[in-house]
Amino acid sequence: MSDSPKKRLATTSLAGCFGCHMSLLDIDERILALIEQVEFDRSPINDIKKITRRCDVGLIEGGCCNEENVHTLQEFRRKCDVLVAVGQCAIMGGLPVMRNAIMHSDDPLKECLYEAYIDSPYIQNDNHQIPNDPALPLILDRVYSCSEVVKIDYQIPGCPPSGDMLWQTLTSLIEGRPENLPLELIKYD
Amino acid sequence: MTTETTITFTIDGQTIEGRAGQSIMDAADQAGIYIPRLCDVEGLHPQGSCRVCTVKANGRSTASCTQPIEEGLEVENETRELRNYRRDLVRMLFHEGNHLCPICEASGNCELQAMAYRLGITQASKFPYLQPVRPLDASHPDIALDTNRCIRCGRCIRASKDIDGKHVFGYVGRGIEKQVGVNGSKLSKTNVSIEDYAISPDVCPVGCIIRKGEGFKTPIGARKYDQSIIGTDKKQPGN
Ligand code: SF4
Ligand code: SF4
Ligand code: FES
Repeated sequence: MSDSPKKRLATTSLAGCFGCHMSLLDIDERILALIEQVEFDRSPINDIKKITRRCDVGLIEGGCCNEENVHTLQEFRRKCDVLVAVGQCAIMGGLPVMRNAIMHSDDPLKECLYEAYIDSPYIQNDNHQIPNDPALPLILDRVYSCSEVVKIDYQIPGCPPSGDMLWQTLTSLIEGRPENLPLELIKYD
Repeated sequence: MTTETTITFTIDGQTIEGRAGQSIMDAADQAGIYIPRLCDVEGLHPQGSCRVCTVKANGRSTASCTQPIEEGLEVENETRELRNYRRDLVRMLFHEGNHLCPICEASGNCELQAMAYRLGITQASKFPYLQPVRPLDASHPDIALDTNRCIRCGRCIRASKDIDGKHVFGYVGRGIEKQVGVNGSKLSKTNVSIEDYAISPDVCPVGCIIRKGEGFKTPIGARKYDQSIIGTDKKQPGN
């Protein structure tokens, strides 16, 4: 085992809150065992911004709410053998997907942005302007779950998934076995 | 003096005895065998609409909560085929409404979610999320209705009609548009009361009927189905 090459693992957070990545740290000292078996490629954990070479496993936190999310997700799909949607946002859109259900006019995106920046009685920015800096990625018409954009091989549910759940799945996938979660670990909250 | 006729049949090869007129589910419950279910609950008439309780009886698919037992009937319950059917049915309920478990007050106590846990639903599903626009009615001082999570099981309807004698809830619309409505323009204009059995935590299996002021009494992680898989707390035979 020790002389076999390390597996490559890439991770990213799209329209997520980084909670799933925080939960990855909840595997506690098992992270030492993980580091024995995997090398991190692109990940917020090491701040590598682009995937450097083909990876065995990609973990995706969050769904797609802007065009950059879509590009990142597609890059992960192209360069990872196994792609895993981690957490409710990646699986079904999560909290950001609430905007899909409130946008029901002919011009849903406008409705959403007006509610967020112009009309709502609760807004905090006094100038009532929709952010339009060219550096900001374009927002999508609605929030998409990962499996609506690319093929997803596995899902780890939870908000966030527990460290135990992430550990269970990761160790299976690294060893080339399919995800096989004990029922007791499956949680959607 | 009546002597009850005993009926002998099998579930997954195990011999069970029941009484004439009993449903497969009732007889199974009495024998301590769990058949998954959502629209059926103890104390209410069975409705047979969710089909999560589907079993094979002599090779035919049928709702076990409404199908009576028969002498020599061979029932299949925990088979791979039936588990797959049930998985699809439960998935469709998730996709048909708006189920954001992380912000739902029922999470951990919810029977739909618990059924998904029991069925091991973690894989990407083949169905699209419909993301319908559904109303929230918080007009009543003690009760809120978040129909985003309603699975139209009709348990509230039967409880209000048969136990409370009030008819607060009823179905409106058809097909995919079918919804649960109330007997007034909004909840506060109905004769509903927080004391109604229909509003008790046992009736609505999901987080649609909300008792206000009780949210998060039990923290997430310490709730009913955080402790045990649904159906594993079944009564033992004879109870
Ligand atoms: S009703 Fe149940 S399945 Fe739906 S959001 Fe609430 S906990 Fe999740
Ligand atoms: S409100 Fe609850 S009990 Fe009534 S039909 Fe909907 S899910 Fe069932
Ligand atoms: S429990 Fe039998 S159909 Fe719903």
